[in-house]
Amino acid sequence: MTQPIIQLSGLDKFYGNFQALSQVDLDIKTGEFFSLLGPSGCGKTTLLRSIAGFETPSAGTLHIDGQSMDGVPANKRPTNMVFQSYAIFPHMSVAENVAYGLKARKLPKAEIKTRVAEAIAMVGLQGFDARASHGLSGGQRQRVALARALVLKPRVLLLDEPLSALDKKLREQMQSELRQLQRAVGITFVLVTHDQEEALTMSDRIAVMFDGKIAQVATPEELYGKPRSRRVANFIGMMNFLDAKILTTSGERVEVDVQCFGKLTLPLAQATGGLEGCDAVGVRPEMLTILTESQAADREIEAVISEVFYYGDMTYYDVKLPFKEDTVTITMRNTAGRSILAVGEKARVGWSASSLLLLK
Amino acid sequence: MLRKGHIFKWYMGVFLVFLYAPAILLPVFAFNDSSIVSFPLKGFTTKWFAVLQTTEALHVAVRNSLMIAVTTALFSTLFGVLAARASTRFAFPARRSIMGFIMLPMVLPEIIIGVSLLVVIIQMGFELSLWSIILGHILICTPFCIAILSSAFMNLDQSLEEASFDLGQTRWNTFWLVIMPLVMPGIVASLLIAFTISLDEFIIAFFLAGTEPTLPVYIWGQLRFPQKLPSLMALGTILLVLSVSLLLVADYFRRRGIRKTGIESKGGFL
Repeated sequence: MTQPIIQLSGLDKFYGNFQALSQVDLDIKTGEFFSLLGPSGCGKTTLLRSIAGFETPSAGTLHIDGQSMDGVPANKRPTNMVFQSYAIFPHMSVAENVAYGLKARKLPKAEIKTRVAEAIAMVGLQGFDARASHGLSGGQRQRVALARALVLKPRVLLLDEPLSALDKKLREQMQSELRQLQRAVGITFVLVTHDQEEALTMSDRIAVMFDGKIAQVATPEELYGKPRSRRVANFIGMMNFLDAKILTTSGERVEVDVQCFGKLTLPLAQATGGLEGCDAVGVRPEMLTILTESQAADREIEAVISEVFYYGDMTYYDVKLPFKEDTVTITMRNTAGRSILAVGEKARVGWSASSLLLLK
Repeated sequence: MLRKGHIFKWYMGVFLVFLYAPAILLPVFAFNDSSIVSFPLKGFTTKWFAVLQTTEALHVAVRNSLMIAVTTALFSTLFGVLAARASTRFAFPARRSIMGFIMLPMVLPEIIIGVSLLVVIIQMGFELSLWSIILGHILICTPFCIAILSSAFMNLDQSLEEASFDLGQTRWNTFWLVIMPLVMPGIVASLLIAFTISLDEFIIAFFLAGTEPTLPVYIWGQLRFPQKLPSLMALGTILLVLSVSLLLVADYFRRRGIRKTGIESKGGFL
C-alpha cells in the first residue's frame, strides 16, 4: 500500500481553555476524495486549517507526503485551499486571479499563460478570462477559486464548505462536477462539510467529527450501514432507536431484550461499535416494511399510523408501536398498487433481525 | 395651511443658506473694486488677486502650510495604517484601552495640546520650527486617519489575505498586492482629511509657529489691517475653489475604488 498523503497523529488544538481538537489521529490516502463531516463547532474547519497551515496545533504531528509540517508556513505547503467565501481577489480579473499563485512562483510568462488557459478551460470558464471577478455569480466564483488552486497542481486540495453558499440546484450540479474534476486531476481532495448527503454522495471516505474528536472514519456505505454509535447513526441519515438490554453473550452471538421486539439473538458483528455500553437497537426507516394484506414477513408487529408525509416517490410514516412512547419512522417506496395509508389506520410492520444494529 | 413636509423644506432651505451664504460672499467681494468690504458693490476687478501675487510673505506662508500639510498627511496616514491594521487584525492585551488613548486627541481641546506641546518643546530645549507644528498636527490628525482606515481594513475579508498566502505569496507581497489596492480608497481619504485638517488648523500652529507662520496664522496677522481685507477675500476664494476641487477628486477616487471592488456605493459626498 502506498504511503498516506496526510498523516495526523495525536493532534490537539486549544483556544484558551476551549479544546477545538482532541487527540486526532487520521490517515488520508493519496488520490482519495476525503470528507470531514460534522455539526458546526465540531472542529472540522480547525482541522482543515491546521492542514493548510493557518492554525498551529497545540500538540501532535502532521505529515504531508511524508514531510513533517512542523514550522512550515501555509505558503510553503503542498496544499491549496478553496475558501468558504471563495476569497476571489476583487480587484483582479478572472485570469489574474488564476495566475496569482503562478506569478508568486515566478514562472516564465509563457508557461503562466498556457497553464492559466488550461485551468480556466478545465473548470468550464472559457471566454471569461478578462472578466472582472466581482461581476461573477456564485457558481462562477467557485469555479475561479477551483481553477486558482488547481493550476498550482497541489498534492492536496482543501475545500472549506465550498457548496454551502450555492442554491440547491447549483449545489447538486457542482457536487457531481467536483467529483468528476477530482477523478480527472487525481489530486487528493479534503472537503469540509456539515451536509451529510453531500459527504455521502461525493466522498471515497468520510471522517465524522463531534466535539473535536473523530467519531468514525469509513466509506459512505459503511458509515450508513454500520455506524459505530447512536450519535453517528443519528447524524448520517435517519435511524429509529429501541431500548435494548444485553442478557448473555456466548461466542459470536449475543442475546438481547429489545423494546417491542422482544428477546433476540444477534451476531456479535451487529454491535458495530463494540458490545460495551450498548443500550439501544437502531434500525433504518427503509429496513422496516408496512405489509400489505397479501404480504408476510418472518417477524412482524402491530402498529398504528400516527402521521403520514407524502413525498411523491416516497411516503414517510410515523407509526406508534405498542409500549413505546416515541413514534418510529418507516419510509416506503410508492410502487404500483401500494395504497397510501391514513392516520389512525392499523398496520402490520415487518422487520428482520439482520437489519438491527446494537449501539451505545 | 402648512403641511409637515413644508416645515422641513423651509428648515432645510434656511440651514443651507446659513451654511453657504458667507462662503459665497468671499468671491463676491474678491472681485469688488473697493478697499471697503461692504455693499453696494462698486465694480469688477482682479487687482486683489494681483496683490496676492506680489506679497512675498504670503508666498512663504503658503509654502510653509503646504509643506506642513503634506508631511502631516503622509505621517498621520502611515501611523493610521499601522494602527488600523494592528487593531483589526491582531489581538493584543488592552487593545480597546490603547485604541481609546490613541483616539483621545480627537476630542481634546486644541488649545490644551498647543500649550502643552509648547511647554514640552521649550523645556526640552528645542527651537520652535515647522517640525514642531508638524508634530502637533500629526497628533491631532492621526485619530481621524485611524478612524477612516479602521473601517477600510475592517471591510477587508480576512480570507483574501489567507488565500494569497495559501497560493504561495509572502506576507510582505500579500500586503502590497492584495491589501493595499483594496484599502487604497481609505488611504486616499485619510491623506485628504489629514491634509485639509492641517492646512486650516490655527491654534496649534499659532502656539508652535516660531518665526515661520502658516497660512492661517498669516491671515490672522493680516486681519489687523483693514486695507488688506479685500486681498484676503481673494485668497479665501482661491482656497474655496481648491477645497471644493479636492473634495470632488476625493469622491471620484472613492467611487472608483468602490466600483473596482464591486460593492454597491452607499452614501458619499456627492
